[in-house]
Amino acid sequence: MAEKEIDKVSGVETTGHEWDGIKELNNPLPRWWLWTFYATIVFAIGYMAYYPAIPLIEGSTMGMSGETNRSVLQQELKAADEAKAGLVSQIEQASLQDIRSNDELFRFAVAGGSSLFKVNCSQCHGSGAQGGPGYPNLNDDDWLWGGDLDAIYTSIKHGVRNGTDPDARDGQMPTFGEGILEAPQIQQVANYVLKLSGQEHDEALASTGQQLFAENCAACHGEDGKGGRDFGAPNLADQLWLYGGTADKIAAQISKPKHGVMPAWGQKLDDVEVKQLTVYVHSLGGGEQAAATQ
Amino acid sequence: MKYGFELAAMLVASVLALLGAAFAKDPQFQAHAWILFFVLAAGSVVLLRNTKFAAAGHPGAVEDTSGYMDEVVKYGVIATTFWGVVGFLVGVVIALQMAWPEFNIEPYLNFGRIRPLHTSAVIFAFGGNALLATSFYVVQRTTRARLWGGNLPWFVFWGYQLFIVLAATGYVLGITQGREYAEPEWYVDIWITVVWVAYLAVFVGTLVKRKEPHIYVANWFYLAFIITIAMLHLVNNLAVPVSFLGSKSYSAFAGVQDALTQWWYGHNAVGFFLTAGFLGMMYYFVPKQANRPVYSYRLSIVHFWSLIFLYIWAGPHHLHYTALPDWAQTLGMVFSVMLWMPSWGGMINGLMTLSGAWDKLRTDPILRMMVLALAFYGMSTFEGPMMSIKSVNSLSHYTDWTIGHVHSGALGWVGMISFGAVYYLVPKLWHREQLYSLRLVNWHLWLATIGIVIYAAVLWVAGITQGLMWREYDSQGFLVNSFIETVNAIHPEYVMRAIGGALYLAGGLVMAYNVYRTIRGDVRKEVPMGASATAAVPAE
Repeated sequence: MAEKEIDKVSGVETTGHEWDGIKELNNPLPRWWLWTFYATIVFAIGYMAYYPAIPLIEGSTMGMSGETNRSVLQQELKAADEAKAGLVSQIEQASLQDIRSNDELFRFAVAGGSSLFKVNCSQCHGSGAQGGPGYPNLNDDDWLWGGDLDAIYTSIKHGVRNGTDPDARDGQMPTFGEGILEAPQIQQVANYVLKLSGQEHDEALASTGQQLFAENCAACHGEDGKGGRDFGAPNLADQLWLYGGTADKIAAQISKPKHGVMPAWGQKLDDVEVKQLTVYVHSLGGGEQAAATQ
Repeated sequence: MKYGFELAAMLVASVLALLGAAFAKDPQFQAHAWILFFVLAAGSVVLLRNTKFAAAGHPGAVEDTSGYMDEVVKYGVIATTFWGVVGFLVGVVIALQMAWPEFNIEPYLNFGRIRPLHTSAVIFAFGGNALLATSFYVVQRTTRARLWGGNLPWFVFWGYQLFIVLAATGYVLGITQGREYAEPEWYVDIWITVVWVAYLAVFVGTLVKRKEPHIYVANWFYLAFIITIAMLHLVNNLAVPVSFLGSKSYSAFAGVQDALTQWWYGHNAVGFFLTAGFLGMMYYFVPKQANRPVYSYRLSIVHFWSLIFLYIWAGPHHLHYTALPDWAQTLGMVFSVMLWMPSWGGMINGLMTLSGAWDKLRTDPILRMMVLALAFYGMSTFEGPMMSIKSVNSLSHYTDWTIGHVHSGALGWVGMISFGAVYYLVPKLWHREQLYSLRLVNWHLWLATIGIVIYAAVLWVAGITQGLMWREYDSQGFLVNSFIETVNAIHPEYVMRAIGGALYLAGGLVMAYNVYRTIRGDVRKEVPMGASATAAVPAE
């Protein structure tokens, strides 16, 4: 053990210990360090007195504030609900048309609908409602089940082919590839659909396909192929495709059709929320006037 | 016969592994048993080749056991370097996966499996080996005693590597308890417990037979680390296996008790593994490298005991605003706030040890590295208590700010102090005059520093962006952003984070090269640090 000595550089005495050449100076605790440490302890005691802190047999001390996470959250939610209550009850009473034509209600419904859309709808329809393969774009005017306020409301509230709501939108396209049409016939119909939508096609195939279309498809999609909203049959005469518009994709859809599904949101959201969503979706750009539909 | 017992034990274990593979209840356990079998079989072959047979009464060449046991430290230093590079590499891969999900390779190399591979590789493989190697080195020198336990330190080293291999292969195979930083399943937990007890025995055994009257402060920290990690590991991993031949187990705790146990463990893994252990390292290597006495003995006592006492209560701050009762959240927060100064005590003692030796920073990049480590330590131990304050936490929690905070501590403090120790140890252990290149150390220093600064800064931005976007309301009182919008918003930061990580990895590779050349005995012809290429020889 080394003797205590004065370190030449700092002029401070060492403790007299030495390990593998390492000595220790006998400096006191830095004052600022010590006082800051005390200050954090004082803060801790104060904080513990103000908030729930000491566990007891049942529960804990509540502190001077009497606040808990839960109580604060409930107050905040209550305040938020109260701030919205007036407009919410107006929306509850008003018809969709009235909401649409009242500026204040419209702004509120669109803000609420937008927020609901991001939580509930964006997973399939995209955060900009732009859709994707198999999921309709809600910004355009190409509607499967109708684009006026009432039609959108019904689609959201009851959903599509979900099996949980008897009023859900429903429409099935037959599986033409299984015993209804032969493979060459499917090619012919597909070429006619290409022609309808103004795309490059084989004229010979398309002209045979026209007859097949009239016999097999027109009942739902219409003579002109512009679709039928009663069955959710898409317009085939435009360039907007749910499952792709190439010859292969069209043939695949005829042969073994895919059918989109959407939950019945009325089973999860309340009526005010469904109304807000309706007005929001309607406002995105493709919303139709009730008079414009049949 | 040398290694007779070891060989027999290895062979028995190999047979057990083979039986485990034969009767496994699930494919994961079977795969693990096969891995164990091949590792043990290979180990047996290596042992057999090193075995020496001596005629009875004529002991073969007796190994010299009078000096320090440094061979195991050498292995530890190489393992530290190797696992460091592996861990940083996996980190860069998962950073790329965050920026571009196409980098997920299903199923073995998806983010969910290799994220724990990264955290375990850097904490337990890199950090753990650094702690093993330095604690074995430091405890011998500061007690003037050879490691206790004969070949037990070798068992600790190889047993620990086996734990790493089983943990890492388990993650890739999909074996996990789903407890952060404690992912390995029950049988690996039991194995590491055995190894850890042996580690404790070696360390305490060496302290007991010390030739110095007092126990040096570095050893207090190492001992606190070893004991507390044992306690944390045992409690947090209490679980019931579904089958003794299966890879699945269920925790002994449920619900919020389970969550609190996990974060009591998780936070103290940071506190006792990544803080106390590395403070032990700091307390030896900083005074040695600076060649100055430790600044204050009294500060080391007070900050040691206050750190040890306060840290263990801070875990609940990981569960603010959850089902955890309010009182526990309050205590977790105030203990974290009180922890600020005890943490800083280590930084002050380290930095002030340099008083009178600051000029050495100009010429010694190793010391520079240690000082940077202490600076990052100070920064992240201020940031931690701040983030534990509930109102700050309500913004920072669940965001990338937390990830940034962890990395400023892990890359800055743990990484840098370990690199410093490696650079100190390699020439000493292999009896080289000097490192291959001090200039390369300086390169490593700057690559790592710039990497950390980019990493931490962009994740502050990303984390605060996320936190603010999640809580953004419009004038009508509705939430504004969808989750995916908040993800899109921070994509540039995710790309930058991968760049920061890649720089840090590059630094690690530079170190590996420098270590390799030093061990080979090479010395790079270069202008000494602190002198420019054109500078004249300083006047006498």
